[in-house]
Amino acid sequence: MTRWKLWLPLIAFMALLGLVGSRLIVPPDTQVKSALVGKPLPEFALPGIVQGKPGLTRADLATGKPRLLNVFASWCVPCIAEAPQLMKLKAAGAQIDAVAIRDTPEAVTAFLSRHGDPYTRIGDDAQRVVQIGIGSSGVPETFVIDGQGRIAAQHIGDIRDDDVPKLLAALAAAK
Amino acid sequence: MIAEAGLAALWFAAALALLQLAMAGLGLWLKQDELIAAVRPVAIVQGLLAALSFGLLVTLFLQSDMSVLLVATNSHSAKPLLYKFAGAWGNHEGSMLLWVTVLALAGAAIGLIERKLDRATLTATLGAQAFIAIGFYAFLLTASNPFARLSPAAADGMGLNPLLQDPGLAFHPPTLYFGYVGLSIAFSFAVGAMVTREVGPVFARAMRPWVLAAWVFLTIGITAGSYWAYYELGWGGWWFWDPVENASLMPWLAATALLHSVNVLAARDGLRAWTLMLAVVVFSMSMVGTFLVRSGILTSVHAFAVDPTRGSFILVLLAIYIGGALVLYGARVGRVKAGQGFDLLSREGGLVLNNLLLSVILGIVLIGTLYPILAQAMGQQLSVGPPFFNKAAGPIALALVAAMMVGPLLKWRRDDANALLGKITVPVAVSAVTMALTFVIAGSIGWMELVGLGLAAGLAVASFAPVWKRNPLRTPMFTWGMMVAHFGVAVSLAGMAADSAFTSERLVAARYGQPYYVGPYRVVLNGVAPTIGENWSAVEGRVTASRGPVDGPMILLRPQRRFYSSPPTDTAEAAIATRVDGQLYAVLGTQDAEGRWQLRLWWKPFVTLIWFGGGLIALGGALSLIGRVRRARRNVKRWEEAW
Repeated sequence: MTRWKLWLPLIAFMALLGLVGSRLIVPPDTQVKSALVGKPLPEFALPGIVQGKPGLTRADLATGKPRLLNVFASWCVPCIAEAPQLMKLKAAGAQIDAVAIRDTPEAVTAFLSRHGDPYTRIGDDAQRVVQIGIGSSGVPETFVIDGQGRIAAQHIGDIRDDDVPKLLAALAAAK
Repeated sequence: MIAEAGLAALWFAAALALLQLAMAGLGLWLKQDELIAAVRPVAIVQGLLAALSFGLLVTLFLQSDMSVLLVATNSHSAKPLLYKFAGAWGNHEGSMLLWVTVLALAGAAIGLIERKLDRATLTATLGAQAFIAIGFYAFLLTASNPFARLSPAAADGMGLNPLLQDPGLAFHPPTLYFGYVGLSIAFSFAVGAMVTREVGPVFARAMRPWVLAAWVFLTIGITAGSYWAYYELGWGGWWFWDPVENASLMPWLAATALLHSVNVLAARDGLRAWTLMLAVVVFSMSMVGTFLVRSGILTSVHAFAVDPTRGSFILVLLAIYIGGALVLYGARVGRVKAGQGFDLLSREGGLVLNNLLLSVILGIVLIGTLYPILAQAMGQQLSVGPPFFNKAAGPIALALVAAMMVGPLLKWRRDDANALLGKITVPVAVSAVTMALTFVIAGSIGWMELVGLGLAAGLAVASFAPVWKRNPLRTPMFTWGMMVAHFGVAVSLAGMAADSAFTSERLVAARYGQPYYVGPYRVVLNGVAPTIGENWSAVEGRVTASRGPVDGPMILLRPQRRFYSSPPTDTAEAAIATRVDGQLYAVLGTQDAEGRWQLRLWWKPFVTLIWFGGGLIALGGALSLIGRVRRARRNVKRWEEAW
């Protein structure tokens, strides 16, 4: 046996150490990411849920202008927390559409009158068909949709103050 | 006071381990006989102190002393006595203390009874053993003190995970630990031998009984763990390729390889470097296993005590011990003489083949277990499940069984191909006939199951060949041991193949009184009633099963859904009826809106052979161990005079 081969086990072991060590330093990401980022939205057509506000179809999201798609529900507490940030995004010129998950017209109307209404359109996704179709696992979640109706980015959880500039940048990037 | 005494004993033991290492190192370096002579007694006292510390922890659990944090978080005064006892190691801190206790006691045992090794190698071995122990003492004393007090004391404890409240599992961890830690001895022996460069048959004969003993415990532990998972988890399977299961399988595979290669070194003075390497790998695998289970970087149904800080600590220990040993290996083994050569067709050649196949299986299990981490590092999330392991490891395991039919029939150094063909005619014929008959009777089953059944029959016959036509009284005990162990593999394999090929499963929404059919059985759910146990309440299904004529003898099965109050958990208790030709397995699910009960039924032909075979494998190992120790004792006197 040549001398250098004797060190192979050590090298293999160091590689193993590096691998598991890196996992300890960077703890595993337990969030479920949508596998659809970078892919076009599926075909769908949701009726409106609030009086005077249109529902949402796939075609509404492919008009050449990038926009945000917010998945929310009136029964969701973090959605209340993120409401002011959505208003800020709207004020900064973002167009925001929404999908309401397992909700009722009365509850959504009350929610919007209490926490502000940043939405252009709201689709009623009572059976969570669209939510599952776009790879969202909970509320709230926010998707950046580019002009061609493709999912450019996914934000899981409520939008915090420091997420606002990131989402605006993602919108600007999603031409 | 008991907790403080336990902690004090632990500190003293740690100090003695430090002293043991220093004396061994300095003694060998400065060639000071007085220092070297003192290493053995220090090792013995260190073992006793660690045992005292563990004994005191057990006492605290038995007394339900709720002023001790560990007891309050892992026990409950209303718990059955056995589980108070087992609670002492059914948690992270306690199991680490058990680990270090077994380690220290193993060191003490070497100090007390090892007579074969030369003095310098033994001293280096005890030094290495102390070095390993120091790391674990430091871990306990700085990061996971089992004796920490809780002030004010809790009114009562939080209980033990109900899944662990099972007599089998109460003794499962200690058994595995005896195995894992026993392998640390092989590691220490290898380090000792690399330090003194005394790698030869004497070293191999000294190491062999320790490896055998550890391997027997590991075999029992894995077999018991597999049966526990089978009846306690209620999933109807006996092996899930779960990371925690793999953590115990990997050291077993490596130890099995070591067990065979150490025989080549002992009998023929061959495979020196390889045997040393395996001894290092064996212990690496038990430490990697501990690390994977404790660090939480892999998700597992069994994962407990998950904590990245503890993971980092074990990782550092791993780096020091395994890395250190591999550095020693790289630096020293080049100068260890290669040992004796041999023909390809010989017992040695057979054992090399065995080692290669076992190593490949080990590699597959290791890669499969770690691959999710690697994928994660590359930004992908996935898990590796039974389909991969069965497909990748299955064929190689079958090749290994085929090699087992031939290996024990080979002669040392060189054998003759024609003579060998003569000897394997019968087993090969038995294999072929079994496969043909199975194919005719059972028709389409998977090829792995078919080959598995055939090889099981062939191996069962071949395993008797080494004792065939020999005077049973003059046949050495370890030859009997090998025969029993290899026969056990055949039995186990038959069980696995039969279970995999012929199991029938049914999931029904059962109405009272309506018959359902699974395998040869007619099963009826007659009612569901509440029942109560020592620290749980349950709903219990009354299920009757019969085979053959409708008015034939009935079996009553009582599957339960149990609710434990502290901590609040519900578990499914499977009901299992064991018959000569298999097991009927029933699990009660939930009730639906229409009042039907979900009932999962399995008929598993010959499934019990799996664990029966595991028991035979362990028994074979134990017989070999007794045989080796008895033979060695005849030579001990000479060595004692030399000391």
